[in-house]
Amino acid sequence: MPLGPCIAVTMDVPPFHLSGTVYGTLLNHRTALQALGDAVNQLPYQAPPQAPVLYLKPRNTLASDGEPIAVPPGVAELEIGASLGLVIGRPSSHLSEGQAMDHLAGYVIVNDVTVPHSSYYRPSIPFKARDGFCPLGPRVVSRAAIANPDALTLRVYVDGELKQAATTSQLLRPVAKLLTDVTEFMTLSPGDILAVGVAYPAPRVRAGQRARVEIDGLGSLENPFVDRLS
Amino acid sequence: MRLARVACAGAIHAAQPQLLADGRAGVRLTDGRTLAEEEVVWLPPLEAGTIIALGLNYAKRAKELAFNTPEEPLVFLKGPGTLLGHRGVTRRPAGVKFMHYECELAVVIGRSARAVHRSDAMAHVAGYCIANDYAIRDYLENWYRPNLRVKNRDGATVLGPWLVDAADVPDPGNLGLRTYVNGKLTQEGNTRDLISDVPALLEYLSSFMTLTPGDVILTGTPEGAVNVEVGDEVICEIDGLGRLQNTIVGDALFGR
Repeated sequence: MPLGPCIAVTMDVPPFHLSGTVYGTLLNHRTALQALGDAVNQLPYQAPPQAPVLYLKPRNTLASDGEPIAVPPGVAELEIGASLGLVIGRPSSHLSEGQAMDHLAGYVIVNDVTVPHSSYYRPSIPFKARDGFCPLGPRVVSRAAIANPDALTLRVYVDGELKQAATTSQLLRPVAKLLTDVTEFMTLSPGDILAVGVAYPAPRVRAGQRARVEIDGLGSLENPFVDRLS
Repeated sequence: MRLARVACAGAIHAAQPQLLADGRAGVRLTDGRTLAEEEVVWLPPLEAGTIIALGLNYAKRAKELAFNTPEEPLVFLKGPGTLLGHRGVTRRPAGVKFMHYECELAVVIGRSARAVHRSDAMAHVAGYCIANDYAIRDYLENWYRPNLRVKNRDGATVLGPWLVDAADVPDPGNLGLRTYVNGKLTQEGNTRDLISDVPALLEYLSSFMTLTPGDVILTGTPEGAVNVEVGDEVICEIDGLGRLQNTIVGDALFGR
């Protein structure tokens, strides 16, 4: 089933059926929260986040491996938000930490492409919800194939050059805890994806460059960035 | 035309309004069956795509919350699990102090929209529904405010009862909105007071994202959102779109 305007995106990747609903988690990587320093206690935030801070990557943002992504007019660079994506396998509501992992079908690489911005006070829709801003792939890897999702290395390459190496061992809410705290207030459904969080600083790309995100055991997701889509 | 989606006797059906022989409100299923309103289970009237919501889009509401009118529309997104049909129940967690309804005009996209000008925008609208977009203010934090814990709770975005064809709503910019809690009028407004009206919202949103048929835009709520308690019956009403009913329930029903 093609979703949204990115015709190339087919969300059915047998044996997994993806719903097309993708959530991201803000400031769940220790480096991202640390980068804010004492600003978390100042206006407008006044306190560090308590509950998970989530956002959606809507269907117009979905893109597949290899698909070109347009850099919007007037924007010099985009951030490459490399994240582990959790693929939900069973309806998940009010999970305990002990139950959480059994509800996963598997994992996928998510590139949460973002227009750089400095304030997290208001939702960042014009910065995060542009067409093609959420490449996923190259495939869903089953849960059984990954021994420990809380100890995976992510690498971002721009034009082949390593720009970031990060690890999921620095998540403030590790995978099971994140699933527990999110499903306390909202149900996740089979095929939904929850991206666990992006490390700081996110590498940047300009039009004409290619970004590749690799995660141990999940393969690599590569997309060219272009001025405009032909 | 008004179309609902209802579950009845083991299947999901399209349904239209039908006055019953005894004068009660009812529905007629596509297959010809006629039933009373309470004999079917009402689902959201469409399988929504992207759900886009507006905050602070009525000036008096912004003032009520002690905010200045935003320079740019305040937009947030919601997931599909938050939608609920007419006559459903919404959970109020024990211990919260301030949970309120929000009666809103919901706009349903009918034709893909990318960089449309406001003067052409209305051709992209399929129709309208009523939305009641609950919020629990206890959970507000200043990170991506309003965060999903406040605005994306299971069954806390009521949509319906009908999808009303755009052709049957000649002026979406002049519709009265009212909310009744246990029969008492608690919220009253008119879409003519929207800061960003429907054409302006379509122009703004489509300037950075492609809107696709089935996407839904909740246009914001006027002032007068008050606390609701377990057992309250909340009815949101919009001129020409009907009445959307919901009941607040407690944790026990959900085994919590």
